[in-house]
Amino acid sequence: MKPLDFHWFRFASPATFYPLAGRMIPLFWLLAAVFGVAGLWVSFFVAPTDATQGEGYRIIFVHVPASWMSMFIYIMMATWAGIGLAFNTRLAGMMAQALAPTGALMALLSLWTGALWGKPMWGTWWVWDARLTSELVLLFLYLGFIALQAAIDEPRRADKAGAVLALVGVVNVPIIYFSVKWWNTLHQGASVSLTRAPAMAQAMLWGMLLMALCFWMYSIAMALTRVRAIILEREATHDWTHGLEEVMA
Amino acid sequence: MKALLAVIHRDLLIAMRRKAEVLTALFFFVIVTSLFPLGIGPEPALLRKIAPGVLWVGALLATMLGLQRMFAADYADGTLEQMALSPQPLALLVAGKNVAHWLVCGLPLVVLAPVLGLQFGLDGQSLAVLTLGLLIGTPVLSLVGSVGAALTLGVRGGGALLSLLVLPLYVPTLIFGAGAVEAQQSGMGASGHLSLLAALLALAAFFAPWATTTAIRIALE
Repeated sequence: MKPLDFHWFRFASPATFYPLAGRMIPLFWLLAAVFGVAGLWVSFFVAPTDATQGEGYRIIFVHVPASWMSMFIYIMMATWAGIGLAFNTRLAGMMAQALAPTGALMALLSLWTGALWGKPMWGTWWVWDARLTSELVLLFLYLGFIALQAAIDEPRRADKAGAVLALVGVVNVPIIYFSVKWWNTLHQGASVSLTRAPAMAQAMLWGMLLMALCFWMYSIAMALTRVRAIILEREATHDWTHGLEEVMA
Repeated sequence: MKALLAVIHRDLLIAMRRKAEVLTALFFFVIVTSLFPLGIGPEPALLRKIAPGVLWVGALLATMLGLQRMFAADYADGTLEQMALSPQPLALLVAGKNVAHWLVCGLPLVVLAPVLGLQFGLDGQSLAVLTLGLLIGTPVLSLVGSVGAALTLGVRGGGALLSLLVLPLYVPTLIFGAGAVEAQQSGMGASGHLSLLAALLALAAFFAPWATTTAIRIALE
């Protein structure tokens, strides 16, 4: 390790990031699989049956991680967008673009599992509760971001316009999170809190955290895979892409 | 300051020369809100309950109609580029265009809303809260909408895309605006909701012109 050779922006170039991402992807898939197996084992065999909700509550192990990831990915997307606008790096815009579909998927999963959970517990698929609604709005924000990028032909303008939209939309993420406190409705309050003792059994918490890690690693692996595809697509005219094995094949 | 007034004056003048466009948005508001009783039924209690939401959604959609006009013509004939090059800060000129858009598309809605509220059988207190809420809320719609209008400049399928971008961002305004009238109706008092609405206005007035300016510069590149 020669520290003097290292430069912070070394991997900001698509040409150097592309092989690095290629090496990281299997690692994150492996981590996702390990956390996924452990998380599923804890959530199905270790976590006790809930006193009031029976076995049906176990959908929480997918629902909560998906909701967390949908918000977290949006914040990451906005962060990349901000970096892209501030430093004018091409890769940051590509990262934001690569994260958006995974984030939209997580928002959709969160709504879907929420509906499946709500039916047996509340007796309804959907309620116009603030949290559900803001998750839906988050999904719309993702779709708007994807649609805006798709509508602009010039990639650099698409990146920048999307970046402005992501930064404007990120105002919505705290509103989602604090909406629980602002409106008092049918939805149960936040289940995990840092300030008071968790209201759930330890095993349930572990299951949820493991599943969240699994979703996190999966999202990183997916985003890296997608960003590699975007890099290849945009840099198709550059020399360095022509010698690549996957391009030659 | 002089530049700000000049932009407002110019945009108002252009709007007044083409009155039909302004009136179309206004009549759209009237017609959409009048369709709801026809679709739902004339029961007074129900209408009173849905009135805040219907009037606010109508106002939201009517504001949307005028958004594209805010920059599109100036972008097409190069005026916007001259504005970006001018020694005046672009954010100031954008703010002027926002004010003009609100005077043309927002203020008439505020004035008209109490009359339409009567159609729904709202009482005097609720009408006052509705009007006050719209007075604080419609500038937010113009400000936030201008970001979307700038982002979709010269983009394929601009109109539909614009609503996809902007309507989700209108949600907080809608919730607090309609919530204010509902809170008034249920006897809780609307001051909390109106304060939040005013907070949104302060936030939007501070950040939106800056975001719009960035978006315009991106579009002009």
